[in-house]
Amino acid sequence: MTRENTKSFSVQELIQEKKKKKSTAGIIEKLMPYILFLTAAVSVLTTIGIILTLIFETFLFFDAVSIKEFFTERKWYPFSESEGSYGILPLVSGTLKVTLIAAIVAVPIGLTSAIYLSEYASDRSRRIIKPILEVLAGIPTIVYGFFALTFVTPLLRELIPSLEIFNALSPGIVIGIMITPMIASLSEDAMSAVPNSMREGALALGSTKFEVAIKVVLPAAVSGIVASIVLAVSRAIGETMIVAVAGGSTPNLDWNVTSSIQTMTAYIVQVSQGDAGYGTTIYYSIYAVGMTLFVFTLLMNLLAQYITRRFREEY
Amino acid sequence: MNLINHETVVKRMKPRLAKNSVTKWIFFTATMFGLLVLGVLLYRIFSQGLGYLDLQFLQSLPSRKPEQAGVYTALIGTIWLMAVVAPVSLLLGVGTAIYLEEYAKASKMTNFIKINISNLAGVPSIVFGLLGLTVFVRALALGTSVLAAGLTMSLLVLPVIIVAAQEAIRAVPRELREASFGMGATKWQTIVRVVLPAAIPGILTGGILALSRAIGETAPLVVLGMPLFLAFLPNSLFDMMTVLPMQIYNWTGRPQAEFHALAAAGIIVLLVMLIFMNSIAVLIRNKFQKRY
Repeated sequence: MTRENTKSFSVQELIQEKKKKKSTAGIIEKLMPYILFLTAAVSVLTTIGIILTLIFETFLFFDAVSIKEFFTERKWYPFSESEGSYGILPLVSGTLKVTLIAAIVAVPIGLTSAIYLSEYASDRSRRIIKPILEVLAGIPTIVYGFFALTFVTPLLRELIPSLEIFNALSPGIVIGIMITPMIASLSEDAMSAVPNSMREGALALGSTKFEVAIKVVLPAAVSGIVASIVLAVSRAIGETMIVAVAGGSTPNLDWNVTSSIQTMTAYIVQVSQGDAGYGTTIYYSIYAVGMTLFVFTLLMNLLAQYITRRFREEY
Repeated sequence: MNLINHETVVKRMKPRLAKNSVTKWIFFTATMFGLLVLGVLLYRIFSQGLGYLDLQFLQSLPSRKPEQAGVYTALIGTIWLMAVVAPVSLLLGVGTAIYLEEYAKASKMTNFIKINISNLAGVPSIVFGLLGLTVFVRALALGTSVLAAGLTMSLLVLPVIIVAAQEAIRAVPRELREASFGMGATKWQTIVRVVLPAAIPGILTGGILALSRAIGETAPLVVLGMPLFLAFLPNSLFDMMTVLPMQIYNWTGRPQAEFHALAAAGIIVLLVMLIFMNSIAVLIRNKFQKRY
């Protein structure tokens, strides 16, 4: 009798204990989704923070400089005390020059590499070449900047004697090399996704491999390819250290690629390095330039997302 | 009757076949161009920098005299930076990934978070510098400290970690979760004891790749106003510091050839660190890669 009593008592105790444990476990169970949601909210807050920061400080900039001057003035001389001139066009033209050169280098090399890897290379060589190519994309940009200034520029000056030490050509080419693996890798993914039955159909009709690649695979994968190019160009627009090291600091509104330039990113770096006092027009100008840069790259990224979603071919 | 005229076939096929083999070589050469550039880049940097690379270079403070200069402060600064970036970005990134993969229901809010993350990945790093300058350096008054730099870098690499962790968590098969639920485990218990251990190799691989990106980034730190030249070590999270890429940037910007050689030596140190981290990532991936 007594034995049974103690036994039932201990079971009750166990249940009590278990209930206690359960309640703390239950709290964790209920709380965790909210805590995790908060961590997920950080990335949204980051975006909101970026946008609010840029908007607020840009407004302060437009207190001192008219919006009309910012977009239409053709000179960017923020450092002259008496007649500072804030026209974004020279910085945009510097950025576009570099980006255009990068695209001219990267698009043909990236696309042909993608075609080679997806259509010609054996499985084994693809497994070796693709990761090595992707190493190029992982090299820190300051290393590319050093390479542009100390190797590519002297090399180009042998060919073009009139080339200045700081110019648009050299950083443009090096940025092109940097974004080539991005185009190659993403385009290769898009082309590999084209089903083999389509290739086999074309081959059975008597096409050569080249004709299969150009007339069948390329058109079928075109949305992925275009999206990869748009993404790569967006990366080129936002690239900073290569142009800051090798591009120079002379904002010019022309199409000369042999002379010193300044891009939007390089301007921000130049001001950040110097002692532009907090609250001065020059200090706020980096936010206006950053805003312009942000809008440029955001539009490109949205365009790439739109292309992949809208024109994706499903097989 | 012979329907196929052999000669005509040969005549018509020949240019097409020739075109095929020529273009094949063109495509191959273009692919090799990338590898060639990589080779030239590495050769140039190693031949320029190896002469300056010795123990003294690793143990010396930066100096105006090239023969005495070293990367000690930058190396220690990089370690400090990692001490902030690794925990902050991993906690936030893995938390976000668990939320999106395990808890979030398909709603407009969830969709918005996902689109937001992919857009955040495309924002230029220098814009993160502007964010850090305004929020961490000025508004929270952290100054150009280790903490401000670390938080800025954490936000920069966050999308990389989120995407890697999401893929790792998604790769854990449903059956494992169902078995755990079937044994009476709750959702959080299942996540902590079943899903996360199975996903850890993928998360670590992504985390290391993100960290190696943070090690190489220069632009956001320059915008924060980090000093390019610093002759003392940080003692706390609120001290100033400098990191390897900034030290390299400082040396690259000087006209003398000796400093360019120093920059090359610094680049070798940086690249060795990156190769080391990447090989750890590859090792983890190969060792723990499980197929369910």
